[in-house]
Amino acid sequence: GCFVFKPSPKKRKVSPERADQFQGSSSDSEDSKLRFVTYQALWNQIKTETEKIQEDFNKQLFDNLVSFLKRSHSSFQGKTTEWACQVKSREIPTAALVLGVNVTDHDMTFRNLSEVLQNNITPYLALLEAKDCPGVKNLMQKLLGQLMNCSVDVDSLEDEDSGQVPQNRIRCSMTSLVHWYESVTKKTDSETPSKKRSFPSKHWQSPPVVVIFKDLESFTTKVLQDFIIISSQHIHELPLVLIFGIATSPMIIHNLLPHSVSSPLCIELFQSLSCKDHLSTIIEKVLLTPQFPFKLGGKVLQVLFNIFLYHDFSVQNFIKGYQLSMVEHFYSQPLSVLCCQLADAKMRANTLSHDQCENIRRLPSFRRYVESQVSEKQIALLTADSCLKETVQKLLEDLHVYQENYVPVLRCLHVFTSSLPKYPLGKQIRELHCTCLEDQVWETEEYESSLQLARMLNKSDLVTMLQQCVEIFVSSSGKEFDKTVEKLREFLTRFQTLEEAFQERDVSASPQKELQKKTDLYHLQKTLLELKETRRSKLTRFETLRLEVVDYLDSLVRKYLLPADHKPLHEIVFFNTASVLREHLNAAPRIAVHAALNNPYCYLKNKALKSDGGSISNKAPDICLAYRLHLECGRLINLVDWLEAFSTVVMAAERPNADAASSEQDDDIIHARFIRAVSELELLGFIKPSKQKTDHVARLTWGGC
Amino acid sequence: MPNLEHPAYPADKLLQLESLVPCRESQVSLLLSIFGERQQFSFPSIFIYGHTSSGKTYVMQTLLKTLELPHVFVNCVEYFTSRLLLEEILSQLQSYSSEAEQTSHVPCDTFNDFVRLFKQAAASQELQNQTVYVVLDRAEQLREMEANILPAFLRLQELTGRNVTVVLLSEIVWELFRSSIGCFEPFTLYFPDYSIGHLQKILSQNHPPSYSADFYAAYINILLGVFYMVCRDLKELQYLAVLNFSKYCEPVVRGEANERDSRKLWKNIEPHLKKAMQTVYLREISSSQWERLQHDDGEPGQLKGLSAHTHVELPYYSKFLLIAAYLASYNPVRTDKRFFVKHHGKIRKTKFMKKHEKTSNHLLGPKPFPLDRLLAILYSIVDSRVVPTAHIFSQITSLVTLQLLSMVGHNDHLDRPRYKCTVSLDFIRAIAR
Repeated sequence: GCFVFKPSPKKRKVSPERADQFQGSSSDSEDSKLRFVTYQALWNQIKTETEKIQEDFNKQLFDNLVSFLKRSHSSFQGKTTEWACQVKSREIPTAALVLGVNVTDHDMTFRNLSEVLQNNITPYLALLEAKDCPGVKNLMQKLLGQLMNCSVDVDSLEDEDSGQVPQNRIRCSMTSLVHWYESVTKKTDSETPSKKRSFPSKHWQSPPVVVIFKDLESFTTKVLQDFIIISSQHIHELPLVLIFGIATSPMIIHNLLPHSVSSPLCIELFQSLSCKDHLSTIIEKVLLTPQFPFKLGGKVLQVLFNIFLYHDFSVQNFIKGYQLSMVEHFYSQPLSVLCCQLADAKMRANTLSHDQCENIRRLPSFRRYVESQVSEKQIALLTADSCLKETVQKLLEDLHVYQENYVPVLRCLHVFTSSLPKYPLGKQIRELHCTCLEDQVWETEEYESSLQLARMLNKSDLVTMLQQCVEIFVSSSGKEFDKTVEKLREFLTRFQTLEEAFQERDVSASPQKELQKKTDLYHLQKTLLELKETRRSKLTRFETLRLEVVDYLDSLVRKYLLPADHKPLHEIVFFNTASVLREHLNAAPRIAVHAALNNPYCYLKNKALKSDGGSISNKAPDICLAYRLHLECGRLINLVDWLEAFSTVVMAAERPNADAASSEQDDDIIHARFIRAVSELELLGFIKPSKQKTDHVARLTWGGC
Repeated sequence: MPNLEHPAYPADKLLQLESLVPCRESQVSLLLSIFGERQQFSFPSIFIYGHTSSGKTYVMQTLLKTLELPHVFVNCVEYFTSRLLLEEILSQLQSYSSEAEQTSHVPCDTFNDFVRLFKQAAASQELQNQTVYVVLDRAEQLREMEANILPAFLRLQELTGRNVTVVLLSEIVWELFRSSIGCFEPFTLYFPDYSIGHLQKILSQNHPPSYSADFYAAYINILLGVFYMVCRDLKELQYLAVLNFSKYCEPVVRGEANERDSRKLWKNIEPHLKKAMQTVYLREISSSQWERLQHDDGEPGQLKGLSAHTHVELPYYSKFLLIAAYLASYNPVRTDKRFFVKHHGKIRKTKFMKKHEKTSNHLLGPKPFPLDRLLAILYSIVDSRVVPTAHIFSQITSLVTLQLLSMVGHNDHLDRPRYKCTVSLDFIRAIAR
């Protein structure tokens, strides 16, 4: 059972004009300002990075689209009177743009697309959304409004009077659009070269008019059909190009449009890459890079990935979640001042205040570190700020080096695990990353089994993997990997020599011959067992080498892929409070309402309401009392009984020993309060009047949620 | 073959008209006799109907243009409100009167205004002694405008008192136009479908200048042989003819066959046309893609049509929601307990009942179900515990906007929304994999 849900709570807007809002926590104002500034700088970096990724990601698609648009109205340009063109020029060029179900990301894509088109193809562009176009009339209005406004922009402010014509006075028909188009193109033709600016050089003489339908699925069939019929009649005068934004599959075009309507369309399909690929690039370029000091912990990542994979497929939302965790980190962790580039962090560590030093001493990871030191050092760390600061600098550097080394080793491990059958450690690097951050990866069963599988790899795979690993290490920024690269290269050369040796070595006497001699079943079994024994004991040279490689990989993993929370001071750069994030992102309206009604203390924070366990505090609001009482009932609730129970509880609160005289009036008041509570519950969707019995109401929910 | 004859019009014009409208001579001559001479009053309204692309619009247009009759030609789909329609008629009419300076458009909100303005416009010098023809294409749209528009157009002659004839063109029969209040009955004229002979004749007329008419006619013959079974739409056939002609000519261009070698040409083109029937005709791939394909001589396998991309990637819970919705739509409510509750007791096997269900459910189409049932099924088919977060609910709405589910009833029903699953079994199978 379920009831109407509220919209999910708005994500916290991150637009504090001043850093004042960051001072909410206990620390002094100086640091909070610094924290805010650090956050903003970092976020701006990340934002530009993600935007760049998005642009690159769609580049291929946009290039294809642009070339399609350039091709589409070439006949309109040349005015060719060729025989075959007669029919084809009647068609409206249409691009079906399949973008995937992550509708929230489409806005960004369309914004980029319209930018690209306006720069390369045409200034005449209209973006239509289904919610604005319930009828053809609205559609035309919207279309004309967008197109004609853009013309005003292009022609500067000279003809202001045309810009001041109110929308409703323009006749919203295709003819007026055609007239407008003629006048506009003529104007740009006759313009003096000095006024041309860069405009005509970028576009041609008669640039096409591009109409983008952002969400084709939501448009009503009639509107689309009418629009296409109308525009197909004017295609000779107006070089129109349609772009359909499709979220599901291109089949929807045939579902929406009958053959007679789709026949004047010349549809070409453009498919964007999957949003999962997009996420992988984001992970690759933002999360798995030492460029940004801020990191997400394993649990937090898991929450964000779950939302992405289970719910919305939206990369925008993922980035928003990332931003939210960043805000939360810089807001709640006073030591996040140190979460910046290493040089800055060292400098800041030098100038830490005493309070901040105390904060560091309170960090659990630092306490563990202190405990591992000798006693004199312990005392020094706990008492002298200067000693602490020095150590902090050293530890920060350690942490930095750890992060630098972590990524290439992780990639190497991924190279190995991603080619194993059944992917015991996951196919994607994000899964591996999460496992490694959570706990020591080499202690998991999956790791064990994947090593087992890696020991069975064939040679060519192994060699290619080793080569990939070498590439990863060479391109990485870590300084400690020279030796590793050397070692890997050595493995490679040994494989090479092995191959040569193998060719020289002739095949030893094949045991098959012996097998054929034996006809006795018992003997056969015996020899087979023997053969097996010898196989196991005598490893070939290749097998020993393979073992060596896998063991070396294992040692690398054990050395570099430590989980982050084993490192001292990891709290400074890692955000790991997944519960906060979950609270903000996974809104559960039903649970929230139940919690509010069942235990009002959790929202009202009134001491009097603090109840212990199951009993109902009678000071709670009426609706809470009514709700608690109705939880005890069955499917049908007798109103009279309910009222009785309600008044008992309320009376117990107000006047344990009331006199009879005023009780009459009290009863009325309680009655009124009860009725109000019940109608509030009805509004919230917990009960509804039932038709089966007159003085009963039906429950709409079951269980304690 | 009846030659067009009419005393009012010059013979050469009639001859030209006859060449332009092949296979429609009888209709044209009937129309001409109804029209009468230029200054004579004609029948107030004429209703012409016929199947799609049977030449209604084309014949009317060529007739009026070649004989230089004053006319107004309006498409009712394009001018979707009565106001736009009336204003468009007036503005076209104004362009006839030479002395009228290019007046900016006159607002015309009601039919009353229209009649008044029409009188003024039709009173001008040029139009005085002639019948004005107002042609309304796709007249079925008129029924969706205000109730008075259609009856008033039918009696425009009477209302304005001018020499005007309204011609309505439509694909549906007149009986579907009649309103309950009754209206003036127009003269109805039926345009029959073109026969295969007509199609052959019309298509052959438009032959490319570089090839002889006979050669092209042979090509059309082959084309009709392949496509006539599935398509009788003249426009569509013309489109296909143009697209595939270059392929037909190929052997001739290469010099492997001459224009008379029809058997060889047929062998060359026939498989090609069959391929076209499966792709271009269904608009699976566009004409330009088809042409590029012809150039490269590649297999169409490498260029997938629109319907090849049916796979839709969905988030994890969306998949389950959709499957749950499908189950809720096609299973009757009483079987829910049997299917989804773990300890449901014994299943009583009544074979008769099962048989009955199997035949009906998929033929009947999806049934609406309430939100509660959808969620209950979802909880039971997902292995892990599902928290009813806002994400789940927003996914349901986004499935509705993607048209994979549809909402039954009105949007205002906030408290008990009911949905239907609109996807097919194949789609669900692909998702469930």
